Amino acid sequence: MASKTKTPIPEQDAHARAKNFDEVALGYTEEQAVQEASRCIQCKTRPCAEGCPVGVLIPEFIKLIKERKFAEAAAKMKERISLTAVCGRVCPQEEQCEKVCTLRKLGDPVGIGRLERFIADWERAHGVRIPVPPKPNGRSAAIVGAGPAGLTCAGELAKIGYKVTIFESLHKPGGVLVYGIPEFRLPKAIVAAEVDYVRKLGVEIKTDVVVGRTITVDEILKNYDAVFLGTGAGLPQFMNIPGENLNGVYSANEFLTRVNLMKAYKFPEYDTPVNAGKRVVVIGGGNVAMDSARCALRLGAESTIVYRRSEEEMPARKEETHHAKEEGVKFELLAAPVQILGESGRVRGLECIRMKLGEQDTSGRRRPVPIPESNFTIECDAVIVAIGQTPNPLIPQTTPGLSIEPKHGTIIVNEALLTSRERIWAGGDATTGAATVISAMGAGRNAAREIDKFLRG
Amino acid sequence: MPHKIIEKEELSGANKRFRIEAPLVAMSAKPGQFVIIRIDESGERIPLTIADSDEKTITLVFQEVGATTIRMGKMKAGDSLEDLVGPLGRPSEIENFGTVVCVAGGVGIAPMHPIAKALKSAGNKVISIIGARSKNLLFWEDKIRSVSGETIVMTDDGSHGRKGVVTILLKELLDKGGIDRVIAIGPPIMMKFCAATTLPYKVKTIVSLNPIMVDGTGMCGACRCLVGGKTKFACVDGPDFDAHQVDYDLLMARLKMYQEKEKQAMDASGNVPKKA
Repeated sequence: MASKTKTPIPEQDAHARAKNFDEVALGYTEEQAVQEASRCIQCKTRPCAEGCPVGVLIPEFIKLIKERKFAEAAAKMKERISLTAVCGRVCPQEEQCEKVCTLRKLGDPVGIGRLERFIADWERAHGVRIPVPPKPNGRSAAIVGAGPAGLTCAGELAKIGYKVTIFESLHKPGGVLVYGIPEFRLPKAIVAAEVDYVRKLGVEIKTDVVVGRTITVDEILKNYDAVFLGTGAGLPQFMNIPGENLNGVYSANEFLTRVNLMKAYKFPEYDTPVNAGKRVVVIGGGNVAMDSARCALRLGAESTIVYRRSEEEMPARKEETHHAKEEGVKFELLAAPVQILGESGRVRGLECIRMKLGEQDTSGRRRPVPIPESNFTIECDAVIVAIGQTPNPLIPQTTPGLSIEPKHGTIIVNEALLTSRERIWAGGDATTGAATVISAMGAGRNAAREIDKFLRG
Repeated sequence: MPHKIIEKEELSGANKRFRIEAPLVAMSAKPGQFVIIRIDESGERIPLTIADSDEKTITLVFQEVGATTIRMGKMKAGDSLEDLVGPLGRPSEIENFGTVVCVAGGVGIAPMHPIAKALKSAGNKVISIIGARSKNLLFWEDKIRSVSGETIVMTDDGSHGRKGVVTILLKELLDKGGIDRVIAIGPPIMMKFCAATTLPYKVKTIVSLNPIMVDGTGMCGACRCLVGGKTKFACVDGPDFDAHQVDYDLLMARLKMYQEKEKQAMDASGNVPKKA
C-alpha cells in the first residue's frame, strides 16, 4: 500500500535561507524520487496529463523513474516540453496536474512537480542529450521575445526543421525567468542551461534587439515566413496615489530586475545598486509580491506585504506564501494604501486604510470595501508596487494593423493564435495579460503547431 | 552581443568620445534617441545619447562622473562593450519651425549636435548657444558651428566666449523677438532655468531629460518623471518633453536616489572622479 503522503522535499532551513539567495528547495535524491514515483498507481484515466497545459506524458515518465530509467524519463518529458527544469520549479502544480491526480481521493497527490524537477536536474548533472538536428525544411520563423512562450515556440519549430531566430530586447534571454523570478526559486544557471538547450536545437538568439525600435515587425517579415510575438506583459502598473514618485518607491519590475537580472544583491561586486533600506513594504498579493518581499528580506530588510483582501483571495501560490511566512515576511491583510509619505524626497511611511470584504465582484471574489476613518501608517524606507503588469505598447504602436484589446492592451488572436495581421502569431502574457509560465509555454507550443500547419498549407 | 570601439578621443576635462561599431542601431538611429550600454558581465546598464552616426557606427560622448563612466574611460580603441541596445526613446520632433535656439550645456553639447543638424536640414534658422563652466570643459565648438547659422559660446568664468550662464543670452535673444522654438539639453538645473526664461515669452521649449534608467524599454519605471502633473516614463514617452510642463525638482531629487551607493561603488573601484 502506497503512502498517503508525499515524500517530503529537503529544504534549506528557513532561518538560514532568509539571508541568502540560494535555492530554497534542495530537490529529491534518487531514492526519494523512486519512492515518490512508486506512489503513482498508473491509473488508466490519466487525469494528470490532461491537466497539464502542455500535455507532458506524466504517467509514462513517472513509470520510467520508478524503473530507475532516468535518462529515458528525461527524454519522455522533453517530448512535450523543452524547459523541463523550469516547469518543475515554478508551475502551480496544485492548480493543474496534481489537482486532478487520482490519489487525491486517498491522500496527497503524487509529487509530479518534484519528480519533474528531479529528472531535469538529474539530466543536467549527467549530460543533456541533444537530439540530432533535423534536415532544414526550407521554412523560417522569427520569434520576438525570449521568455517562456518564445523559447518554447522556437524550440518546437527548430525540432521540425525550421530556421529560427529569436529577437530579445534585454542582454540575457529568459524573460521573466531571468529578470522576474528570483535566484532562490529558480537559479539563473539553470535558466542558462535551459536556454542553451534551445540554442543547441539550432535556434539563434539575438539579444539587445528591441523590436519596434532597433527593427520593426514589418522589416522582420521581409526575411522570415512567420513571426511569433511572445513579448509578455512587462509594463508595470502604478496606483496613482500621492507620493508614488518619492525616492524609495519601486515598481516590482524595477526592484526584481535590479536584484535578479543585474545582481544588485552582490553590489558593489556588481555595479547595479538597489536601496531596500531597513523596512520594506510590498503592495500586492500575487507571486510577484511574494518574490519582491522575499528578495527584500534577503537584502537585510524587514519585509511586510500589504494586501487589500484576505489571505484566502491571495493569487500567489500557497507554497510561496508559506515560504514567505516561514522566512519572516509579515502580512498586513485587508489593508489598502492611501498615500506614500515622504521626508526630504524619500519614503518614510505608507498610509493605509483598513478594508472589509463586501459583495462578490465579477471575478467571483468578495470586493474589498474601505472602513471609514480606519487609517494607519506603516513606517518604512522603501515601497514596492506589485499590483500587476500589462503588455508593453511598443509593438502594437509600431506594427500597423495589429489589433489590440483597448482596455488591457493585449494582442488579439483567433483560436489558431493568429493576430489580425497575416503571418503574425502571438501568445503568452502578450495575449492573455500576466498569467503563468506554463500557460505561456503551452501557447508557444500551440503557436508552433499552428505556424507549421499554416505554412505547410 | 559585443560592440567594438573603433575610435576613442579625449575631448575635454572628463569628457570622452567613442565611435562604436553598431550597424543595426546606426541604421535606424534618429536625432534625440539614445542607447543603453553595459560594459561587461558585472556592469550596470546606463543610458547615453547618440551624438552622431554613419552607416555602421554610432558616436557616444560621456563624462566621467561615476564608477561605470570612469571604467569606460579606461577602455581603448579595439576593446568592446559587452552590450549596446537601441536606438531607444522617441526621436526629437524635427520640422521647419522657423528660427530655433539650441541651448546646450556641458556634456549636453554632444546630444544637441544631431538635433541641430537635423533642424538645419529641415530649413530652420539655427542659433546655438553652447556653455560650460570653463574653456577646458568645452568641446565640439566647430561641429556645432558647422550645423548652426549662428553659434555663441559662453563660459561661467569667461575663459572663452562670453562670460556668464546661458540663460542671460537666451533672454537677450527672446527680447529681440522672432524665436519660434527653444531646445535645451544639459544639467537639469540648466534646463529648469531655460524653461523659466522662455515661459513669459510663451515660446515653445523642449528639454531632453536624463533620469536614472535600467532597461530603457518601458518595463520598470525607474525613469519616471512628472510632466503636466502626469507620470511619464522618459525612456518610452520621451526623453524629449515640453519644458514648461516638467517637474525639475522631482527629476533632481530622483537623480540623487543612489548617491550613497554611487560613492560606495566608487570607493570599491578605487577610482577617483576627475574634477569636471
